[in-house]
Amino acid sequence: MSVWQAFIELLKRDLRLAMRRRAEIANPLLFFVMVIVLFPLGVGAEPNLLERMSAGVVWVAALLAALLTLDSIFRSDFEDGTLEQLLLSAQPLSVMVLAKVVAHWLVTGLPLLLVAPLLAMLLGMKSEAMGTLMLSLLLGTPVLSLIGAIGVALTVGLRRAGVILSLLVLPLYVPVLIFGAAAVDAAASGLPVSGQLYILAAFLVLALSLAPVAAASALRISLS
Amino acid sequence: MSEFFHMGGYALYVWGSVGVTAVVMIAIAAAAILRHRRELCRISRRLRRERKMYESQA
Amino acid sequence: MNSFMKWIHKWGSPPWFYRVSGMMLPWLTGLFVITLVYGLYAGLVLAPADYQQGESFRIIYVHVPAAWMGMFVYMVMAFAAVVHLVWRIKIADVVLISSAPIGAAFAFIALVTGSLWGKPMWGTWWTWDARLTSELLLLFIYLGIIALHSAVEDRQSAGRATAVLTLVGVVNIPIIHYSVVWWNTLHQGTTVMRLDGPAIAAEMLWPLLSMAVAFKLYYVIVMMLSARGEILARERKSRWVRELVGGE
Repeated sequence: MSVWQAFIELLKRDLRLAMRRRAEIANPLLFFVMVIVLFPLGVGAEPNLLERMSAGVVWVAALLAALLTLDSIFRSDFEDGTLEQLLLSAQPLSVMVLAKVVAHWLVTGLPLLLVAPLLAMLLGMKSEAMGTLMLSLLLGTPVLSLIGAIGVALTVGLRRAGVILSLLVLPLYVPVLIFGAAAVDAAASGLPVSGQLYILAAFLVLALSLAPVAAASALRISLS
Repeated sequence: MSEFFHMGGYALYVWGSVGVTAVVMIAIAAAAILRHRRELCRISRRLRRERKMYESQA
Repeated sequence: MNSFMKWIHKWGSPPWFYRVSGMMLPWLTGLFVITLVYGLYAGLVLAPADYQQGESFRIIYVHVPAAWMGMFVYMVMAFAAVVHLVWRIKIADVVLISSAPIGAAFAFIALVTGSLWGKPMWGTWWTWDARLTSELLLLFIYLGIIALHSAVEDRQSAGRATAVLTLVGVVNIPIIHYSVVWWNTLHQGTTVMRLDGPAIAAEMLWPLLSMAVAFKLYYVIVMMLSARGEILARERKSRWVRELVGGE
């Protein structure tokens, strides 16, 4: 089986498994919605304030929702021994990891991306900024999945991995958050957004090329 | 002399900074020294115990 | 390259490291005291007050060396991580985990002294500009490394996992250094490490350099002290440790 075929097969398998537990896809989405709803309830519904905060709030909520779902990338395969089989297989582990991360993003990041404009509207985000919001999330959420995969790979064997996972992954998420929110803010003010979007694209390229390798070596260490 | 301590009105900030730096650096160094000493004690205690056991068997 | 590898392998042996570090420590401590005393005296007493900032500028003598060390220690850890992962040298793992708390302490000191300097200078204890934010992230990365190492139960895996994490986090270091160049920040630009020479008066510069050297010596001293404790713990059953302790 060629590497490309193995990649597609693993991707299809992970998607099939995710589809069988369709209810679980709703969980991060619900979390995303609830976090965004909490903000107007907490800071007051003054429209100017909410609109100014909207870019950051949507991005932070997306980040937290991504963090919540990271565990699922390797957890079930770790528990039933499939992960070990993947490590032993002849296929390059970083490609296998990439397949699992792509599946994870399709199931968690993409729904988030599709729902975000509706929620941004709840916060009063200007319509000029919506396009940039979707684009920044399109570039940023895969980076979140990729970097998150490194963190999960490092902690997959640990008890109470969730706490330490956040500590490891959040500092690395911060640059994505900063540029993502900055892009949307700039769009809302009518300023050019190409700079921020190019940097997000650069993060994506960097993460696509390096994160699977780092996650693969981390997996080998965790499962040794 | 009192001018030195007063630091032109910035005494809190300057001496606060020097103080925090000193406290943290001393604490870290002390922790390292204590750990080393603890390991040495532990090892020598075990060696003494083993020597006693060996002698009592002989 | 060959002599470099020999150097690495020489220091890579735990008994050699333990013995030689033990011999070096008194000398290093002496040098540390000298550079520290000169730096503090020349900086706090001799150097003239800054014409803009007055006496508060003297915080530079602890803030800047601590900030430099926060980054320097991380680079040493990154180097140790590479040595550990590529050449499987055990001491590299010990150096990495012994350095982490020291680096975290320096990052913490840089943040606190910076805050104490910011209040009289900028009128605020904190601002979310690029330099301060990336330094805060550095502290979190250090804490994450320490947390991961203590969470993984198998010592071997712990060492290798922390090495990988250290290398992943190294992207933050250039961000910190260049943050004042890439962004409009409240924090001032690079004054000392510039291509066309430092932009600071000589009588203010020398104590600063002395403090920087003193802090570097402090790092080596405390890292060695910590590493010696760690080596004893890991090798407590080995013959050389028993001879060393039993012979006393």
